[in-house]
Amino acid sequence: MSSFDPRRVRVDTPMLSRVVKGRRLTYLDSASSSLPPRTVIEAIDRYYSLHHANVHRGVYTTANEATEIFEGARAGVAHFLNAPGGSDEVVFTHGTTESMNLLARSWGAANLRAGDVVLVSQMEHHANIVPWFQLRETHGIEVRFIPVGEDFRLDLSGIDDLMRGVRLVSVTGMSNVLGTINPVAALARVAHEHGALIAVDGAQSVAHLGTDLSALDIDFLAFSGHKMLGPTGIGVFWTRREILADMPPFLGGGGMIRDVREDGYTPATGPTRFEAGTPPIAEAAGLGAAVRYLESLGMDALAAHERELTADALTRLAQEFDGRVRVIGPATPEQRGGVLSLDVEGVHPHDVAQILDQYGVCVRPGHHCAKPLMRRFGLAATARASFGPYSLTADTDVLIEALGEAVKLFG
Amino acid sequence: MNNLDDLYREIILDHYRSPRNRGELESPSARVEGFNPLCGDEIVIYLRVEDGVISDVKMTGHGCSISQASSSMMSTAIKGKTLEQAHRVIDRFKEMMTLKERSLDEAEEPSEPDLRSLGELAALAGVVKFPVRIKCATLSWNTLAQALDEVESAP
Repeated sequence: MSSFDPRRVRVDTPMLSRVVKGRRLTYLDSASSSLPPRTVIEAIDRYYSLHHANVHRGVYTTANEATEIFEGARAGVAHFLNAPGGSDEVVFTHGTTESMNLLARSWGAANLRAGDVVLVSQMEHHANIVPWFQLRETHGIEVRFIPVGEDFRLDLSGIDDLMRGVRLVSVTGMSNVLGTINPVAALARVAHEHGALIAVDGAQSVAHLGTDLSALDIDFLAFSGHKMLGPTGIGVFWTRREILADMPPFLGGGGMIRDVREDGYTPATGPTRFEAGTPPIAEAAGLGAAVRYLESLGMDALAAHERELTADALTRLAQEFDGRVRVIGPATPEQRGGVLSLDVEGVHPHDVAQILDQYGVCVRPGHHCAKPLMRRFGLAATARASFGPYSLTADTDVLIEALGEAVKLFG
Repeated sequence: MNNLDDLYREIILDHYRSPRNRGELESPSARVEGFNPLCGDEIVIYLRVEDGVISDVKMTGHGCSISQASSSMMSTAIKGKTLEQAHRVIDRFKEMMTLKERSLDEAEEPSEPDLRSLGELAALAGVVKFPVRIKCATLSWNTLAQALDEVESAP
């Protein structure tokens, strides 16, 4: 039985004792970045206070400690993901964006030829679109989009046609705008039946749903530390050991080599081949603490908590505003995460966010780095509220109160 | 909620709800687009300049209340003005958006037509208390400055 209690998470999270504009902080921007618990902050503090040194090859005591912390974090992430090949499959990057670029520039550039198709979806973050456009420019690949239906879910009715010529399916596990949870397992089956591989942008799904890589038959996974209670500046690229072994290095430099001579170099094997330069060591210490903390909460319990909050918010937003506040995303909580993209009739999202700030409510206005999706629904921007493990229905109370003010002010 | 009242003056909301000079111009002297890539605000300004006077101005685009009200007020402030007068209004407006401590009254004596135009524009003075919104208010003005450049550098 999980002992998950959002109030305990709140006590663990220092940022939540902030007072803004005379009110307690109502943090509804976890889809953008989550608030770290004290254990994460302390892990970073402990590293810099006691163990700081560059990792690998150091002989002195603290350098060994730093290496142990760094590699311990890698093992912790592998455990969190239940990675079938363990920590040898976990590459530390600077975030989801770098992980997607690593996928495109290394695996993509080495394996894709002119005319090969990468199938993404209309609901992707720019980080899962632009690297493929860049590869289109250099390698002549085709980038194809799975459409999003009026129900804010992937329209897979034409998937067999869409799969023609596809070598890689690259989709988000959960939309950062709509909250839609995509049927990744089904898409993986389709991809593999067509001889293609599948990559998942897990920036939202790993953080809010968890991912069991021994159960989910995917080939690549990318995610960020700071969206899952960890620090900024670190992310993860995961792929199966045999694929990683064949991927050429992406960034060149120190740390990623086995040998460098005047006539060339031999890259290192394993994850370090993709970790040129001094890696984010303190951030790894923080991410290691974050995954331990998430495991102690239980990802299933956390997902259930956010689902409850979402169901409650969807119902109340529909009741309170008589259609003046529209949620751009699935209207019911099934196969949906705690992301509420709001379109307030007659009030621009920037103005919504500004008015909400007066109530200490943090939401994000804008296109959320998903412009093709915004265009699909004829929107320039939305004001996005999103839940985290520390969110309460009391946060929704304040959100609704502040939205009421926005609606009133703009009449 | 006094702070919000500083930002969302009634006159700003009025311009947002009923923007002036919306639309396009056929064969304008200048047509310039402005973007705010961070928030997605877009504006297109059409100017007709005859004998050094802005005889007509129209605008299309979308954005928040501050950007829309600012562009609407701008259009009424520059319509019928000479290019030189328009430059002065731009300068005064941008000064207002950068000088946080100084009120309009303390600024140097503006000339008669500028005073009239800035009268309404002064409603935007509260924006400087909200630094992230300054770019919303200045988007149309930067775009106008570009349009004037285009007119002035035309053969």
